[in-house]
Amino acid sequence: MINFQYSRPGDIADAVRQIAADPRAKFIAGGTNILDLMKYDVERPAHLIDISRLPLTGVEETASGGMRIGALVPNSDLSYHPLIEARYPILASAIRAGASQQLRNMASTGGNLLQRTRCLYFYDVATPCNKRAPGSGCSAIDGINRQNAILGTSDACIATHPSDMCVALAVLEAKVHVAGPAGERVIAFEDFHRLPGKTPERDTNLAPNEIITAIELPARGFAKNYTYIKIRDRHSYAFALVSVAAALELEGKTIKEARLALGGVAHKPWRNKEVEATLNGQPATRESFRSAADALLRDAKGFGHNDFKVELARRAVVRALTQAAQGTPQSQSNKKIV
Amino acid sequence: MNAYIGTPTSRVDGREKVTGAAKYAADYNTERLVFGAVVTSTIARGRIKRIDTSLAKHVAGVLDVLTHENRPDMAAKDDAWKDDVAPEKGTPFRPLYDGRIRFNHQPIALVLAEEWETALFAATLVQLQYEKEKHATDLHAQRDKAFVVEKPEKPRGNAAKAYAASEVRHEAEYFIPTEHHNPMELFAATAIWDGGKLTVYDKTQGVQNVQGYLCSVFNKKADDIRVINPFMGGGFGAGLRPQYECVLAVLGALALQRSVRLVLTRAQMYALGHRPATIEHLTLGAKKDGTLNVVTHEAIAETSEFEDFSRNDTGWAGLLYKSANTKFEHKLARLDVSTPSDMRAPGAATGVYALESAMDELAVALKLDPVELRLKCYSDRDQNDDLPYTSKALRACYRQGAEAFGWSKRNPEPRSMRDGKEFVGWGMASGVWEALQMPAAARIVLTANGHAEVSCAASDIGTGTYTILAQVAADALGLPIENISVKLGDSTLPQTPVEGGSWMAASASHAVIAAAEEVRNELLASARAMNNSPLADAKPEDVVLAEGKIMRRHDQSRAVSITDVMRHSGADRIVKEKKNEFAEDLSHARNTHSAIFAEVKIDEELGIIRVTRVVSAVAAGRILNTKTAHSQIMGGIVWGIGMALHEETVFDHKFGRIMNANIAEYHVPVNADIHDINVIFVEEKDDKINPLGVKGVGEIGIVGVAAAIANAVFHATGVRVRDLPITLDKVLR
Ligand SMILES: Cc1cc2nc3c(=O)[nH]c(=O)nc-3n(C[C@H](O)[C@H](O)[C@H](O)COP(=O)(O)OP(=O)(O)OC[C@H]3O[C@@H](n4cnc5c(N)ncnc54)[C@H](O)[C@@H]3O)c2cc1C
Ligand code: SF4
Repeated sequence: MINFQYSRPGDIADAVRQIAADPRAKFIAGGTNILDLMKYDVERPAHLIDISRLPLTGVEETASGGMRIGALVPNSDLSYHPLIEARYPILASAIRAGASQQLRNMASTGGNLLQRTRCLYFYDVATPCNKRAPGSGCSAIDGINRQNAILGTSDACIATHPSDMCVALAVLEAKVHVAGPAGERVIAFEDFHRLPGKTPERDTNLAPNEIITAIELPARGFAKNYTYIKIRDRHSYAFALVSVAAALELEGKTIKEARLALGGVAHKPWRNKEVEATLNGQPATRESFRSAADALLRDAKGFGHNDFKVELARRAVVRALTQAAQGTPQSQSNKKIV
Repeated sequence: MNAYIGTPTSRVDGREKVTGAAKYAADYNTERLVFGAVVTSTIARGRIKRIDTSLAKHVAGVLDVLTHENRPDMAAKDDAWKDDVAPEKGTPFRPLYDGRIRFNHQPIALVLAEEWETALFAATLVQLQYEKEKHATDLHAQRDKAFVVEKPEKPRGNAAKAYAASEVRHEAEYFIPTEHHNPMELFAATAIWDGGKLTVYDKTQGVQNVQGYLCSVFNKKADDIRVINPFMGGGFGAGLRPQYECVLAVLGALALQRSVRLVLTRAQMYALGHRPATIEHLTLGAKKDGTLNVVTHEAIAETSEFEDFSRNDTGWAGLLYKSANTKFEHKLARLDVSTPSDMRAPGAATGVYALESAMDELAVALKLDPVELRLKCYSDRDQNDDLPYTSKALRACYRQGAEAFGWSKRNPEPRSMRDGKEFVGWGMASGVWEALQMPAAARIVLTANGHAEVSCAASDIGTGTYTILAQVAADALGLPIENISVKLGDSTLPQTPVEGGSWMAASASHAVIAAAEEVRNELLASARAMNNSPLADAKPEDVVLAEGKIMRRHDQSRAVSITDVMRHSGADRIVKEKKNEFAEDLSHARNTHSAIFAEVKIDEELGIIRVTRVVSAVAAGRILNTKTAHSQIMGGIVWGIGMALHEETVFDHKFGRIMNANIAEYHVPVNADIHDINVIFVEEKDDKINPLGVKGVGEIGIVGVAAAIANAVFHATGVRVRDLPITLDKVLR
C-alpha cells in the first residue's frame, strides 16, 4: 500500500472537478473493492476522493413509471427496498446472492458496477496480467482459470465481471447516469461494460473523469416470472461460477418475451438478444429452453479448468427458465436450488 | 469426587473472549513501539542477486531495513534452529539468513518504522533482482523422485501374493491437495525490549518451545527471553513450531534496541506450514464373504527441499482391520515450498480418508453393507504391534451412529434415493487417532480463603484447556469452580509440552491432580496436628478434599474445613508444583475412534452438493467436559466438510506460487454449507490409560469425515471422486 491524499468533495460538481484535475485520483465509495486492491498494490491511487457522503442515496420513482437509484445506495438497502422487492424482485434477489451481509451493507450501487475482476492473477502483482499491466501477458489462459470466462474472451484476457447485481440490471435494461466535465450523459447498460478485446485494462466505457450518479430502471420489472440462480463453489460468500437472470413474459403457456443474462462467464453480463427472440412465441417447455441454452452457449469455449462451465451454463439456463416460467423463483436464503 | 469433571461446564474464559478483554500477541502495547513489515520473494527458487533498500530507507519514519546482508547475528548451526517439534532430518528454515530463495513468499527483508503504515509503504519500495532457478511445486510431476521415509510399519505376510490370490480386489489412488490452517488470528509477535532482556508475546502453541528456540537462535541465556501467549485465535497445528514472525520481531528489537511488533499479512500466512499434498495408493483384497486378506497403503507426500516432514498416513488399517497381509510405505517428494507442518490429525485426516474411501469401494465390489464390512474385519488388537487396546468402543460407535442416522433404511444401490431434483447419498467411514500423553508439570497456589490458582505453561488454543483445568482442579481440591483461577501460556510457568496431538487434556489434567495431591498431603499434615483432630490418624490415601474440607474418604463426618486448617497452621498459602510422568506401558495400544455417517443431497443436473446431515459417534475415553468436547468434534466435522468439498491451496506451477492466498478465494465452509450435525459420545471406560481415563478429543473429530462424505457422494451419484476437494464439476455428467 502506498501513501495517498484524501479528500471529501462537497458536491457532485466538486467531485468531477477533483477527479478531472488529477489523473492519479480515484473515487472511493463503500471501499470494499478499492481498498483491497490498494492493499494488494494493484491500485495505487495518489489521491482518494471519498464520495460516500454525497447525496446520491435516493430511491425514487420516475415519471415514466421506472425507478431511479442513487449511486451511493448501499446494496443491502436497495435489495430490501419495498418498491424494489415488489417491482424488481430479480434485482433484489441477485444482490442478495452476492458477497456477504457485511459487504452488502458497505457496497454501493455505483461501486458494484465498477468492481474489478476476481481473476487470481489480477490480484497478484508478482504475475503477468494484461488487465493490470497492459502488455505483460495473460497468465490465466494457460494457468488457473476455473473462474474465468467462456464467452467473449480475447487472446489478451479471459477475465469475468464478477457482479451478481449487474446480471439482473442487464436483464432489466437499466440505464447508467453519469456526470463528467462535459456534463451529464446516459449509458445503456449493455454499452456500459466492455469485452476485453485488445484493451482489457478498460472494464467499462465510463471515462476516467466521470462519476456514476444513478441507475435508472425502466418500468418493466418482470415481477411475475423471473429468477436469479447462482452456482458457486460454496453456498454463500463465493463468486459465481455461472449465474443466470431469467425474466419472462408469458401468455398462458406461451412465451411472449424472454430475457436472459449470464454472470460468471464473460467480461460483462452476457446477453444475446437474437437467441432471446427465438423463444418468443414458443411454448414454455424444457425443449424450448434447452434449444435456447444451446444457442446461447454455441460459441462458448473453455480454457481447461473452466471447460465444465459450458455445459453447466446450459443446464443453469434451462433451470432458470423453468423456475421463471413456473413463477417459483430461487430463494437466496434457502440455497437449495429447486 | 467429581462435581465438575464430565459436566458441560461453560468456558471459564468465555466472558473475556467475547468482551475483547482477552489479549492476543498483537494486542500488547508499550511506549515507542516499532512496527515491522515483511517483504517476501516473488520466485520459488533461486538467489537474491541484488537487494536495494535505499528507497525504502529514505522514507520518513523508517528506522531500518534488515536483510540477509545487514541483520544482527543469528546462530549458524542447524541444531540451534531445531525446535522441539522440528523434523529430525534437515536444515530448518532461517529467515533473512542468506540470499537463497527456497520457496515463494519467503521473507527476505524486514522494514522497521515508527508507524505501521509507513512500514507497509516502505516495504513496497524494496527493489530486488533475482537469479532464478528452475523450481518444482507439483507433487504429481515429482512423484517418481519420491524416497521412502524410514521406519514404516512392519509388513505382515506377503501382500503381493495375497493380493493376487484374493477373490475380490480393489486398487485405487486418492489425492489430497495442499491445505492451509487459516486460523483467524494472524501470526504476530510483539517483542518488548527491556534493557537487553526481552518479553515476546508470540502467537504460538508452545511458549516454552519458542523460548528455547529464540534463546538458541540468538545465543541468549534462559532468563533473557520470556515468551507469553495466554490466548490464541486458532492454531490447528500452525503454531506448533516457532514461525518466522518471532525471529524477525526479536531481530528487529536487537537491531534497534527497541520494542517491535510484527503482524504477518494473510497472504504471508500461506508461506508457513501446511498440510502436505499427498497421493495415496491403496490395494485391498478380500474373500467373497468380506474377510480381508490384504491391505497395502503407500503414501507419497510433499516435503520441502530442506526438511523431511513426514506424518504417518499409512498403517491406520493395521489399527482398524484384521488382515493377515499388509504393507505400508510412506514416501516423500521434495518441492520448492515451505516445510509442511502438522494440521489437525496430521497423517490420519489424509490417510484415513483414503483408507475409508477404499473400504467403501471394496464394500461396493463385495455387495456388502459398508458397516457390515467394517464389523467383519473389526480388530480387537492393534495389528501393527499385536497389542490389545486400553479400550476400544468402536463397535458401539458403529451401532449408535448407525441407529441415530437411520442407516438401516439405506438402499445400497447408487442413484436410488432421491428428494425432488436431488439425489440423496448416505455414506459412512471410521475414524481413528492416537491417545497420546506427555510428561507435564503444574503449580497450585492455595490461599487461606479457599481460593486456588492453577498454572502451567500450556497454551489454550481455543480448545478449552482453561476450563478443563479449572474443572479438574476444583474437583481435586474440593472447591467450587468459581474459586479456581487458571494461568497459562507463559514460559516461566511449570513445564508442559506444546499444545498438539490431542495430548494436552490428559497431560495437563494429571499434572494438576499430582500437584493437588501434594497440596492435600500438606493440608493433612497440618490437620493432623490440630487439637482433637478428627483426622489424627489418617493417612494420605484415607482422605479426600471435598466441599471445601479435608475429610475421610469413608466417613465424611470426620472432616476439617480447609480454611480452618490453614488458619491453624498459620500459612497464608500453600504452593505446590509437581511434574507428572505417566508410567511407561508398552503393553497396550492407545487410540480414540469414531464412526461417521453423512448424508449428501446433490442436484441431478447442476451437481451442487449439500451435506445435509452428519452423525459422528466418538469413543474417546472419559469426556472431561461434554460441552467443550462437543464443540471440538463439531469443529472437526465442519472442517471435514471443508476438506471434502472446499479446501485447496491452488498453485500455479508455472510460477511456483500460491494463487489463492486469501480467505476469499481459499474456501472453507460458511454457515450456509453446514446443516444438521449430531455428535454422540459413546461410553468408553478406560482404567488402563491413566487414572482419569482421559484420551483427548482435539483431532478425532475431523478424521474420516471427508471419506464419509465422498462415500455418500458416490452413493448419491454413482460417481467416485478420488481427488479432493469434491467440487461440483467432478460429479457433473
Ligand atoms: C470477499 C468479497 C466477496 C465478494 N463477493 C461478491 C459476490 O459474490 N458478488 C458480487 O456481486 N460482488 C461481490 N463482492 C464485490 C462487492 O459487491 C463490491 O466490492 C462492491 O459492490 C463494490 O462497491 P463499493 O461501493 O464498496 O466500491 P468501492 O470499492 O468504493 O469502489 C470500487 C470502484 O468503483 C469506483 N467507484 C465507486 N463509486 C463510484 C461512482 N459513483 N462513480 C464512479 N466511480 C465509482 C471506485 O473508484 C473504485 O474504482 C465481493 C467483495 C468481496 C471483498
Ligand atoms: S484473464 Fe485478464 S485479468 Fe486474468 S490474467 Fe489474463 S489478462 Fe489478467
